Amino acid sequence: MATFTININGTKQEVDVDPSTPVLWVLRDHLNLVGTKYGCGIAQCGACTIHLDGTATRACMLTVSSVGNSEITTIEGLSEEGDHPVQKAWLEVDVPQCGYCQAGQIMTASALLEKNPNPTDEEIEMAMNGNICRCGTYTRIKKAVKLAAKS
Amino acid sequence: MTLVKTKIGRRAFIRNTGLASGGLVIGFSWLASCKMTPEQVNSLPDEWFELNGFLKVGDNGMVTIMSPNPEIGQNVKTSMPMIVAEELDTAWKNVIVEQAPLNTDIFTRQLAGGSQSIRQGWESLRMAGATARHMLKEAAAQAWGVSADEITTEDGVLTHEASGNSAGYGEMASAATNIEVPEEVQLKDNGNFSIIGTDKKNVDGPKIVTGQPLFGLDVYKEGMLTAMIVHPPAFGMKFKSMNAESVKSMPGIKDVFHFEAYPEDVQKTWSDGGAIPELVAIVGDSTWECMQAKKALDVEWEEASDLESTSYHDQALASLLEKPQEEPARKDGDVDAAFAKAAKIVESTYSAPYLAHNTMEPMNFFAHVTPEKAELLGPIQTPEFLEQTLVSRLGMPAEKIDIMMTRMGGGFGRRLYGTFAVEAAAISQKMNAPVKLVYSREDDMTQGTYRPSYKVKFKAGLDETGNLIAWHVRGAGTNDDLIFENRFPAGAVDNYLAEKHSLQTNVTTGAWRAPRSNFIAGAEQAFMDEVAEAAGKDPLEFRLELFDRAINNPVGDPEKNDYDPERYAGVLKLVKEKANWGSESGKARGVAAYYCHNSYVAQVLELEDGGDMPRVDKITCAVDCGIVINPLAAKNQIEGGMIDGIGHSTYSALTFEDGRPQQSNFDRYRLMRHSEAPKNIEVHFVDNGIDPTGLGEPSLPPAIGALSNALYQATGRRYYNQPFINDKPPLVG
Repeated sequence: MATFTININGTKQEVDVDPSTPVLWVLRDHLNLVGTKYGCGIAQCGACTIHLDGTATRACMLTVSSVGNSEITTIEGLSEEGDHPVQKAWLEVDVPQCGYCQAGQIMTASALLEKNPNPTDEEIEMAMNGNICRCGTYTRIKKAVKLAAKS
Repeated sequence: MTLVKTKIGRRAFIRNTGLASGGLVIGFSWLASCKMTPEQVNSLPDEWFELNGFLKVGDNGMVTIMSPNPEIGQNVKTSMPMIVAEELDTAWKNVIVEQAPLNTDIFTRQLAGGSQSIRQGWESLRMAGATARHMLKEAAAQAWGVSADEITTEDGVLTHEASGNSAGYGEMASAATNIEVPEEVQLKDNGNFSIIGTDKKNVDGPKIVTGQPLFGLDVYKEGMLTAMIVHPPAFGMKFKSMNAESVKSMPGIKDVFHFEAYPEDVQKTWSDGGAIPELVAIVGDSTWECMQAKKALDVEWEEASDLESTSYHDQALASLLEKPQEEPARKDGDVDAAFAKAAKIVESTYSAPYLAHNTMEPMNFFAHVTPEKAELLGPIQTPEFLEQTLVSRLGMPAEKIDIMMTRMGGGFGRRLYGTFAVEAAAISQKMNAPVKLVYSREDDMTQGTYRPSYKVKFKAGLDETGNLIAWHVRGAGTNDDLIFENRFPAGAVDNYLAEKHSLQTNVTTGAWRAPRSNFIAGAEQAFMDEVAEAAGKDPLEFRLELFDRAINNPVGDPEKNDYDPERYAGVLKLVKEKANWGSESGKARGVAAYYCHNSYVAQVLELEDGGDMPRVDKITCAVDCGIVINPLAAKNQIEGGMIDGIGHSTYSALTFEDGRPQQSNFDRYRLMRHSEAPKNIEVHFVDNGIDPTGLGEPSLPPAIGALSNALYQATGRRYYNQPFINDKPPLVG
């Protein structure tokens, strides 16, 4: 066990965990931030996507010891009132079915739009390909990303 | 208006039943932990008045509606309360929805399965709303000294025009609790709806997009331990021994033990399908610590029965296809004689592998079992069956067992089998502590209850003019006999023979979204295309000819046929019109139609140009599911179902070597991704005012047929073996 101070959603948080612990489980088991989901544990499904210094990153294979001073943003910190343009677009298009993967999808989409405010369909697909939606909301996700890009 | 007796779910209308049984009001702190939106907080009433088990009205007119059935992503948490709100005649913006716990005193069929929630809940949901509306009207009538018949309601407001009286529901809610529950209530006429048939957004949407706790895996409670299980690595193996001592001393680990999740004397229900009797449990403070201990643990397993491989399943199913069924499932006319005189015979064999459900949220459950009571909370499609098993497994009466459903990160049939919840309860009982059991993705994918592996052989005979005169289908599946003998084209062909076999295997299988239909529909609809081609006819017109036959001059007893040919033909005609079938689109197109879960779906699928596995450009889909409760969400189900069918038939497979699943995570088990998804989807509903039927499953099965048929047009190859990405079909002709 070791103590780590990590910067999450603009607040410094101290945790005492094994250095190998992935950020996913630090968030969920130790910091009560459960919006970041466990799906596969091997960075194949994207359910655990967070922003690490603004870049979409899979939290399930990111060890707490490797974070250092980087800034982590989770779905809970994406906006204060749940009104980030991507979140608003998701509600407008009524994207979710089961909803489990959607936090990860939103985190990937918001990181994409931050770097590329007007992505083409192909650019959206390439950026989002690491995020599986088992319910098959892909067409709505693309529609919502484009709607968010417009706003 | 329709007058109906309030007999169904009668106990739901006896007020305070919920209070007496303890199930409804003793909520878990979980509910309180779900943050409400600021609008909801601001609009909360000072007092709630429960008019029946489904709803309570606040003194300010807000209405809380309990959604009785488990929510797996099929959107019943929005659409079921919409039906109650419709008959209550309240404004949707004034409705707060809560997930009901398991309460068999009040609710009937609290189950998510078979696309039946809306169809089977339709009457009781309407009655719940209409009864409360009646009581509010009676209360107003007494207050104003007028006849209740003269009072009208709209958007939660009671009005007596003649006297000029008007009041919101909130003002009459208290008095309404003293009104007798009526023996009969009037329901609105179908078509006279203001909420049903309108687009309503997912009631959990704001919580989903902000990452609030909703799912079973999000449950965290004071003093809660985390548990993981280790199950046998292969079907046919069982626990022998382990060396747990060094693992027990690992950081954060509380205990490691072998246990019987299902001792022999436990009374099981069908919902315990796939149960693994003996497991190893690892219990600790956190998930990561349990995962580390799991990696370090050395368990020895021994062979208990055959270790089967995919090659064995394939061979055994193939030999069953050569074997006649002693008593055929259905036989009309004489197929042998018809084939003997047929001008043309078409014959093809289709196959599909095992599939895992792969809900994005792996199996998990919270359980806190003490000698006095058991509290269970988590994702389960069949809470009532779970309770039955727990009564036996825990040795505790049902009154002492509380089960609450969380929102589920997908179901697809997997959570019909609540063995993981029984395991959680057994572990909690042994630890005498609150425990959340968590399956890793690997545990989940290799545990079983899979979609069976299937093979089917079709043979069709045509006369000189291209009329279908004989149809023979023989199917086989692992632990499942595949064939619905009374479905189309039964009843549309003079000489028809359906035979089926089941291969008993020790790889456990279960219902997977649109069971059986998820394979047989695609095969049948692909074969139908081959037959139409041999007949020299347009594939859509060929199908319509057969439906004409089933409508006008059905073969055998039409009551036996498990479909309505007019509704079936209806979706084909609608899709023909909407997709402009018959005109040159310049793209490879395929058509298919299927009936399952009481609903009819037809699709025209268009592919982009190029490649052996071209991408779907557009699907036009026609659906007859009767009244559509919530079109916005209904379309989502139809879209998702088609993507599910296309994705799995193209990419997914679970294979076995010596009983061991060869895929255990998404690196080797391929699911469809964004860049492979259909680009455009258009959904059209038949507007016929018939009572609503299933929607979560019916769009999946035909999509596989429409894809196969479009692939043939694009590539000149017929795809027979799923997943199509691995099939290497020869060029035809």
